[in-house]
Amino acid sequence: MKEYFVLMFGMIFVQNFVLNQFLGICPFIGVSKKRDSAFGMGMAVIFVMGLSCFSTMLIYKLVLIPFGLQEYLDIISFILIIAALVQFVEIVMKKISPELYRALGIYLPLISTNCAVLGSTQMRLLDYAELPLPEAILKNTALGIFGGVGFTLALYLMACIRERMERAPIPPALRGIPIAFLAAAGMALSFFGFTGIV
Amino acid sequence: MTALIVMAVLGALLALALAVASKRFAVETNPLAGQIGSVLPGANCGGCGYAGCAGYAEAVALKGADPTLCAPGGVKVGMAIAKILGIEIDGAKARPVSLCHCQHKHVKTVAIYSGIQTCRGASLFGLGGGWLDCRYGCLGYGDCFNACPFRAIRMGPDKRPMVDETRCTGCKKCVIACPRSLMAVEPVDKYVHVLCHNRDKGPMANKICVHACISCKRCEKVCPVQAIAVPNNLAEIDYAKCVSCGKCVDACPHKVLVNLRETRREEWPDDAISVIEGETPTEGRSANY
Repeated sequence: MKEYFVLMFGMIFVQNFVLNQFLGICPFIGVSKKRDSAFGMGMAVIFVMGLSCFSTMLIYKLVLIPFGLQEYLDIISFILIIAALVQFVEIVMKKISPELYRALGIYLPLISTNCAVLGSTQMRLLDYAELPLPEAILKNTALGIFGGVGFTLALYLMACIRERMERAPIPPALRGIPIAFLAAAGMALSFFGFTGIV
Repeated sequence: MTALIVMAVLGALLALALAVASKRFAVETNPLAGQIGSVLPGANCGGCGYAGCAGYAEAVALKGADPTLCAPGGVKVGMAIAKILGIEIDGAKARPVSLCHCQHKHVKTVAIYSGIQTCRGASLFGLGGGWLDCRYGCLGYGDCFNACPFRAIRMGPDKRPMVDETRCTGCKKCVIACPRSLMAVEPVDKYVHVLCHNRDKGPMANKICVHACISCKRCEKVCPVQAIAVPNNLAEIDYAKCVSCGKCVDACPHKVLVNLRETRREEWPDDAISVIEGETPTEGRSANY
């Protein structure tokens, strides 16, 4: 249990995908204009990251390692699996739960090939591959979900800041994206303070 | 060789799964909604009351919503939708335009406001009264100007919002934005308007502004069709009855009522839709800051 708590804290604060590892910067800037859409995007990322960490570990352990392909075929097969899986989930969601589809649907294709998602599957891949199958899958899925939570936190905070900045007297040259980058830099610096805790 | 086979099998399996899923979980969509969506302007202004143009197209196609609700598209789009649906609509319906119901003149200030430079910010100042003597008047920070997606509003030299009715689409964004509810959307062929929202009693209103409605009820008496009434210390026109004759305008001692018959441009310009689709603004969006 302690391991999972450490993993949670580590993925959300210490090794935050956006603010510490600089993955998933495009949605971080692109979808952080409004809190509503930032929240929707965050939920979709949590969902897709958890799902892709689960499925890639499954494929890694059951297909790639037995055939001795794990050294050079992991990334390309993971891309394939994630993209297909997200498509599949989108199709099924559209049929089964239109409400959920309306909330997450437009963000799902956007993140199917996002670097943060691929990064989450690669992050502890080699460490966890040593473990027995159920534990490896459980830990990798937890990593994906907590990584998504960290991403959502960063995205939502950024959206809050940017909504405030809409009303602030900002010099004309810095309005829009430049001031967003400055704010992101400040956030990344403050998250840097968590380094070394875990 | 193993790599090739594994990837090929993996790809084929995933492709098969997706193909089966897309057949199995196919959602029936109405082709009409797509057609209607293609004739809508795509401004997603929400003036029709639905969530964006796609939501409106779906509502028209599936739930039988009124096809004439698209304000930016006006009669043209209404006709196009009617053609797709195969129905007839009344093409003579006058399009609605917005107007600020305050003259923004001769209003005394009671304080100097230096907070957030928006109407909404200023309206919270001083017990909700703002820094103007008049608790109902235009604050002039241009929230309506900033809210207008079609750049139909510009701030006049006296900080009063001027609506360009050739660009205004009646989307009601400014109505929502104004903290004092001064903007109202009425049909373009209704020329007579009450340019005051002051609901103070007569003597009080008289003290505050030379163009305030003092509820003398002369307009009510002179109106030939009983379209105007003064219920809450303020003249209100019932546009279902008003014939824009202008008799009340002549009778009004405070010049609260105005007749826009001479100045208003009614026809819908041909380039209106191109304005919607995006044009470089002539003045910066934060020109009033």
